[in-house]
Amino acid sequence: MPVADFEVVLGLEVHAQLLTRTKIFCGCSTAFGAEPNSQVCPICLGMPGVLPALNAQVVEWAVKTGLALGCAVQPVSVFSRKNYFYPDLPKGYQISQFELPICLGGGLTITVDGQEKLIRLTRIHMEEDAGKNLHELAADGGSGVDLNRAGVPLLEIVSEPDLRSADEAVEYLKALRAILLALGVNDGNLEEGSFRCDANVSVMRRGATEYGTRAEIKNMNSFRFLKQAVDFEVRRQVALVEAGEPVVQETRLYDPVRGETRSMRSKEEAHDYRYFPEPDLPPVRVDEALLARVRASLPELPRARAARYQQVLGLPAQDAGVLVGDGALADFFDAALAARGGGAEAARKVANWTIGELSRLMNETGLPPPAWKLTPAGLAEVLALLDAGTVSGAGAKALVEELFRAGGDPGALVKSRGLAQVSDQGAIEAAVDAVLAASPADLERHRSGKKDLTGFFVGQVMKALKGQGNPGVVNALLKKKLGGLPPGEGR
Amino acid sequence: MSAGELTGLSLQAASARLAAGQVSSRQLTEACLARVAATDGRVGAFLTVTGERALAAADASDARRASGRASGPLDGIPVAVKDLFLTRGVATTAGSRILEGFIPPYDGTAVARLQAAGAVLLGKLNLDEFAMGSSNEHSAYKPCHNPWDLSRTPGGSSGGSAAALAARQCFGTLGTDTGGSIRLPASFCGVVGLKPTYGRVSRYGVIAFASSLDQPGPLGRTTWDVAALLSAIAGPDPHDPTCAARPADDYLSALENGARGLRIGVPREWFGGGLQPEVEARVREALATYQRLGATLVEISLPHSRYGIGAYYLIATAEASANLARYDGVRFGLRAPGVRGLKELYAESREQGFGAEPKRRIMLGTYALSAGYYQADYLRAQQVRTLIRRDFDAAFTRCDVVAGPVAPWPAFKLGEKTGDPLQMYLADIFTITCNLAALPGLSVPCGLAGGLPVGLQLVGRPFDEATLLTAARALERELGPPPAPTALEAKA
Repeated sequence: MPVADFEVVLGLEVHAQLLTRTKIFCGCSTAFGAEPNSQVCPICLGMPGVLPALNAQVVEWAVKTGLALGCAVQPVSVFSRKNYFYPDLPKGYQISQFELPICLGGGLTITVDGQEKLIRLTRIHMEEDAGKNLHELAADGGSGVDLNRAGVPLLEIVSEPDLRSADEAVEYLKALRAILLALGVNDGNLEEGSFRCDANVSVMRRGATEYGTRAEIKNMNSFRFLKQAVDFEVRRQVALVEAGEPVVQETRLYDPVRGETRSMRSKEEAHDYRYFPEPDLPPVRVDEALLARVRASLPELPRARAARYQQVLGLPAQDAGVLVGDGALADFFDAALAARGGGAEAARKVANWTIGELSRLMNETGLPPPAWKLTPAGLAEVLALLDAGTVSGAGAKALVEELFRAGGDPGALVKSRGLAQVSDQGAIEAAVDAVLAASPADLERHRSGKKDLTGFFVGQVMKALKGQGNPGVVNALLKKKLGGLPPGEGR
Repeated sequence: MSAGELTGLSLQAASARLAAGQVSSRQLTEACLARVAATDGRVGAFLTVTGERALAAADASDARRASGRASGPLDGIPVAVKDLFLTRGVATTAGSRILEGFIPPYDGTAVARLQAAGAVLLGKLNLDEFAMGSSNEHSAYKPCHNPWDLSRTPGGSSGGSAAALAARQCFGTLGTDTGGSIRLPASFCGVVGLKPTYGRVSRYGVIAFASSLDQPGPLGRTTWDVAALLSAIAGPDPHDPTCAARPADDYLSALENGARGLRIGVPREWFGGGLQPEVEARVREALATYQRLGATLVEISLPHSRYGIGAYYLIATAEASANLARYDGVRFGLRAPGVRGLKELYAESREQGFGAEPKRRIMLGTYALSAGYYQADYLRAQQVRTLIRRDFDAAFTRCDVVAGPVAPWPAFKLGEKTGDPLQMYLADIFTITCNLAALPGLSVPCGLAGGLPVGLQLVGRPFDEATLLTAARALERELGPPPAPTALEAKA
């Protein structure tokens, strides 16, 4: 029986690190990449006698995320202790939420193959991250523990098993990521693990009413790996069912090198986490005032924004999608368009440059938005220079790149870098004459109609003008000098 | 005044002499250190004595006083704290081998506040391991002896905190009370001990046993001493989210207001069963004294008290099983040598580091929280807790304080109950409900039974420590100061 005869049932558990400056229960910095164990204190080290003090920003951002995802934000929620031993877990328990999480329900809409589909959420809860074990540090192969990450705030966002394919899972994860980026609560970095997901996968024969046994897949740190892992797991489970063998409830680890999932621990080996309410923290209360304040602070969300880009600004769906996929790009676009002014035409141009150049530079350099030296007003000014013919397209690209990396005043850069486009008739005519005089044979071949060499001459003239010749003027003058004869018609 | 006379003063009297310039903090501190040196070999109240630090702090206090900047009644007063309080730079063991050699990098809030008030820290006091016990016999380091009769226990778990006061080794101490661990030793040693309302004193920097029940509090030889210590340590703390936002009251100003008009609730459930007749007689006499002073006695009922011990041993052990998980040999304290692999590191470090009582309670608590038992055990125990609190709420509509015995008997012999944990757990039968209900409770001496001190327990409304102290003071004034124990002097 082929895979097509089976239905895939999928739910995702996403862990998103919140971008708070300090940890969830102490004042330590959450910055990534510091020296191991340099961002720790007695509290996040789990020293004897310490107590957690809840970071109010974490609650606020959990509420914000819940409101953006249409959840029922709970007026009272409770932290619990999840008990297990591991060296990266200093207290021997993780402070998480269990029976009474801060958000219940909600959902988000994804579009797959042009079809909209609502993926429901089960819950969102707050918890602390663990540290990291570092293996084979010492010469004797000894291990170390870095607790900088211990106590970094996490939101766990759990979906219902509403996803029916790896593609839907990827779309869901992208849509969720875009929302968290738009809210400014998470950096969406799958690779560094600040935005990570586990997938609960099962299969059932088409038309069946009961879900199959599920496996939990871990360690997928890119969209591509998520798709590969789910596809592999579906094939594996279908093969088991077809062979009449049972699917075992277990946790499986995705191996990106071999492109397969491997058993990590079975249900029998699963921990009994012995959850109980955290006695060190009073229940979390969210009152009407906080809800109202957070609701008022909600930004425009990606789907609404994409719809606006298409309907009001006339952007193609593809471009709108790319822009809202990263809130920073969309914010940049909005600001640059506001600076540039104009209607659909201007919007399309600003979008092209944002998607083409800015996102290229962003990806090449890996710089986060605060490190970009190019301002939206700067891009608007470059586009004004381009439209006015002051710089060529190539010149504008060079300008954007320089501004992105080093910043500066576009007008001044045009002068200091010699990027001004040559539109002066005399200068261009002199260049055209020089090119034609230097290539009598080519000129003859063109004029004889043997070969249309207009493009070749344009190239030569532009080269002589160091790429700064106004293409319109160059073309017009060449056309005149080449005799105005339509090439190929002969004499 | 001789050194011996100095150490016999109350904190209040020592403070008055400091203020009057009749004695220096250095003299008081040296006298206390000498007394510790002379007697602690027989008492065993101290696990660590910080002599040099104490003398330096005493000199600093004397310098402040000389320049007119003395900060209050505790400035220059030698005190000591249970070795469950973290003290920066001074070993803190919780009475356990698993924390042997652990030097905390920070001071707990209560300790920091005592030091900010100018108190001179003499050292760290003996206790049952992780505060788990009622006799101090579960200390991994040494037993502690009752200065009234060295063959008897001082009570626990804050045994050292009460014994040090009875032995005249210092002027005030801090203990912690999870199920009676301040009141029981105070009763056994003939001193005053107060367990404040849950949330009155910060738990930050106090090693956790059972987080929802633990409460630090003061012990002293008089109610005034206890009131002064409480004033210094009580109040909100941003480091402890379970600490109340409500500011501390002035516990000293109302102390002499007397008992006239006070309505004292007498729970009939606290006078049955295993209560020793002579203990009951002392308690009844104290109640009669209150009547004579103008208080009225109201018979009340706390029907759910009898479920207290059961609920307590589920909740306290469940929380302890999680609180003690951090002692894993990875980051601090004892790490078993020569182990292979992670599981062995955990198992061996905990096997070697924990004594029998913590192990017993970790197992009980782990079981109570396990899948399938959580609902039946832990949740049910929490429901009992609510019922117990409602009993008290109902009682407090008819009375201002509840009074009864602290323990069924006076101090028992060392070794008498160590073979039977359940017998030992019964020591807390009258004190435990107060922790479950999060209420303030106090033990004040009310006479002797067979030559051993007996304490009267007073339980108050939430955050009404002032009324408890005032009521205790009225009895104390009437009975006069309890005699000093003579066991140490006889053998000296």
